[in-house]
Amino acid sequence: MSITIDGKELEFTPGQTVYEVAKANGIYIPVLCHHEQLKPVGACRVCVVEVEKARSLIASCAMPAENAMVVHTNTERVLQARKLAVELLMTQGHHNCITCESSGDCVLQDLAYSLGVESPRFPEPAEVKAFEQANEMIVRDMNKCVLCGLCVRACNEIQVNQVLDYTGRGPTAAVGPAFGLLYENSECVFCGECVRVCPVGALFEKQGRFQGRASDLEKVRTTCAYCGVGCQMDINVKNGKIVKITTPREDAPAPNYGSLCIKGRFGYDFEGHADRLTTPLIRKNGELKEASWDEAILYIADKLNTIKQESGPDSIAGLASARVTNEENYLFQKFLRAVIGTNNVDHCARL
Amino acid sequence: MTNSIDDLGESDCFLITGTNTTENHPVIATFIKRAVTQKGAKLILVDPRNIDLAKYATVWLRQKPGTDIAWINGMMNVIITEGLADEKFIAERTENFDALKETVSKYTPEYVEKISGIPAEDLKTAARLYAGAGAAAIVYAMGITQHITGTDNVKSCANLAMLTGNIGRPGTGVNPLRGQNNVQGACDMACLPGNLPAYKKVGEAADRKPFEDAWGVTLPEKPGLTIPKILEGAGKGTVKALYVMGENPMMSDPDITHVAKALKNLDLLVVQDIFLNETTEFADVVLPTASWAEKDGTYTNTERRVQLIRTAVDAPGRSKPDWEVITMLANKLGAGWKYETAWDILTEINKVTASYGGITYDRLKKNSLQWPCPNTEHPGTPILHTAAFTRGKGLFSVCEHIPADELPDDEYPFLMTTGRILYQYHTATMSRRSKGLVSRTPEAFVELNPADAAKLGVSQGDRLEIASRRGAIEVVADVSDRCDEGVVFIPFHYSEAAVNRLTNPVIDPVANIPEYKVSAVKIKRVA
Ligand code: SF4
Ligand code: SF4
Ligand code: SF4
Repeated sequence: MSITIDGKELEFTPGQTVYEVAKANGIYIPVLCHHEQLKPVGACRVCVVEVEKARSLIASCAMPAENAMVVHTNTERVLQARKLAVELLMTQGHHNCITCESSGDCVLQDLAYSLGVESPRFPEPAEVKAFEQANEMIVRDMNKCVLCGLCVRACNEIQVNQVLDYTGRGPTAAVGPAFGLLYENSECVFCGECVRVCPVGALFEKQGRFQGRASDLEKVRTTCAYCGVGCQMDINVKNGKIVKITTPREDAPAPNYGSLCIKGRFGYDFEGHADRLTTPLIRKNGELKEASWDEAILYIADKLNTIKQESGPDSIAGLASARVTNEENYLFQKFLRAVIGTNNVDHCARL
Repeated sequence: MTNSIDDLGESDCFLITGTNTTENHPVIATFIKRAVTQKGAKLILVDPRNIDLAKYATVWLRQKPGTDIAWINGMMNVIITEGLADEKFIAERTENFDALKETVSKYTPEYVEKISGIPAEDLKTAARLYAGAGAAAIVYAMGITQHITGTDNVKSCANLAMLTGNIGRPGTGVNPLRGQNNVQGACDMACLPGNLPAYKKVGEAADRKPFEDAWGVTLPEKPGLTIPKILEGAGKGTVKALYVMGENPMMSDPDITHVAKALKNLDLLVVQDIFLNETTEFADVVLPTASWAEKDGTYTNTERRVQLIRTAVDAPGRSKPDWEVITMLANKLGAGWKYETAWDILTEINKVTASYGGITYDRLKKNSLQWPCPNTEHPGTPILHTAAFTRGKGLFSVCEHIPADELPDDEYPFLMTTGRILYQYHTATMSRRSKGLVSRTPEAFVELNPADAAKLGVSQGDRLEIASRRGAIEVVADVSDRCDEGVVFIPFHYSEAAVNRLTNPVIDPVANIPEYKVSAVKIKRVA
């Protein structure tokens, strides 16, 4: 089976869409309401292409590839249609990039720029909506919502949390929890999948607000510190501080493919907490007092030596941790076995 | 897990028991919910609580806590009686089937109903669903292991999988979900009293030899003490020094009044952690360490997948990664260790730990790997036991139902079970310092059935005192149908209402796991 896109003859497997075949072969077609983990709906018209012998332009994300189909992704007609689609999206609400958290990491901003939208030909709506920021984690700015429905589909199809839905029609159309509830008062479990897939700045992380945007942030790929699923995530850092935790919008790796839960996505702020220990402490006269590393290590080494001499190595025991790294656990048991000389080492696997 | 998380998407049928997956392993739950809602997979849920997954269950069996061997034997009874067992698999891959058959013969659905409260017909439906599926996966967690019969509960799950040939293929398996991020790794790395890395035995000279050569020492051969025995030793004075790295036994261990006495009795208690906690109150020395975002290393997840963590920000003040602290101390005691980075340690692990042989830093930078992965050409192992079991043939174990150690009586009429909730984590030293998480569940609570609440004259939000033979705590009433009548649930995250003041310190004789899932309590309103 083969299809021709922009003059290139390409093999495909039945069931692939035109968009998927193009993407697999490095041909760029922009998408906005489409996401690789979600069923295509072909609503935003940004991914339109010209198919020979078809009368109208076709949404490539929802169009199955057919044998001998000839597709053009870049004709003037296509570009004008895309531009119109983008201008309509832009003027559904208010896109004030100046203070938007997504500036520099926004599908709509990229499209408007690359298609050369000088100034949209339609007026913006009069109404300005208030932000929803009642909860501590997710802010919703529905002025920037382009009604792509990705959040609704991600909540239902990826996380299967069934919180979000479409409400209203035409000018009152919106997305959100049933009955117009706030996230806070709905069944939302704050997994943040909706924030991850939102292509614009309509949903963003509250604690990261005004702390840094795409161009200021360094992303460090790591593994979640909480449960045994081991989700992969990116710590976003600016000036040596954690600004937020994100996951890639597309092409996210196993085991979680971009999904997280509330702990992984929003439970990071213990890291910079004022309660963190910053110095070794030794108990003197019943109170823990600041000490240097040299003092503390010497103190422990002396005590361990004495106890080992007087009572033997098996009077010493260690509890390792299911929270620290393999390397640390390996060294810990090696320390007890090879340096102290006891097998008294355990951890809370059972608890 | 014998299988992989990805692999859950291939299952036609899940048997889920003793795991509140949507709260404790939320992202794994998404794989299960998708398979059920989008691919038509069947879900058998066996859980005393009406957890979220019950919404998705084809059949939900609500057993009395502490009766798992009975209902699993009952399912096997139905499978054998109705000719649904995988005879080819049993003949080729297992042994001791006759003994199993003999034992489960008395666990008729009617007999099991009396013990577990599961209606006989529901048990039959579940048995037929599980045995009839093309690929069925068993998924469990601490609800299976935290019982005096924990070891036998686990063996019973394995029996059921072997009986139906549901192991070693995509979408099947016996899949324990490990609670903490690196429980799997801590076990692999032998932070266990009887093991050397990769599950070698300290008691076997041949197993010790390679480590003695690599480390240049003679190793002790007597297996060491498990946590409950260490604390017992501390109480008796035979254990004099305890070094605690990143743990909080004053919250996580059963009967903490007792734990406190043991810790006070030590000559030396060293605690290495990122925060002061309930245990540091007894410490002689506290050492500040780097958090997960401030150091390099690897974690091994519940599906044996080894993944990197990387330094993103600096550790506060003088705190250091745990591995640096241990190295300093070892060298003060004359060890002469030369680790400069975490990756130097990983390189040593690659050399001495067969199953991690090919899991090198250079490869992990590109992608994660699942052990066993013996060399750098090996792609890793997503599914275990595809052709044979580790011991060769799979052994059917004979397990009999034994009642929980402490059941409700007139004085302590409620059965209390404990666990975690979505919004908090373990002893909560991290999660209760996170704004978002705290905002969701600021306070300790008890889940109580409306009928019980009515009997006690309790309404939603009332303050209650929950007492066992060992202690008492105060919590807020959460009245809902999540618990059955006579059963209450309390999460163990809250130090001001530490549920482990109440729990029964009896342990499974083999694995030494405390019976957190069953203790008897009484309840009264606090004025
Ligand atoms: S945070 Fe998760 S549960 Fe809540 S609305 Fe978004 S996707 Fe749905
Ligand atoms: S909130 Fe974001 S993801 Fe949801 S419909 Fe609006 S723009 Fe799309
Ligand atoms: S994000 Fe949630 S599910 Fe994933 S590893 Fe962290 S705690 Fe577990």
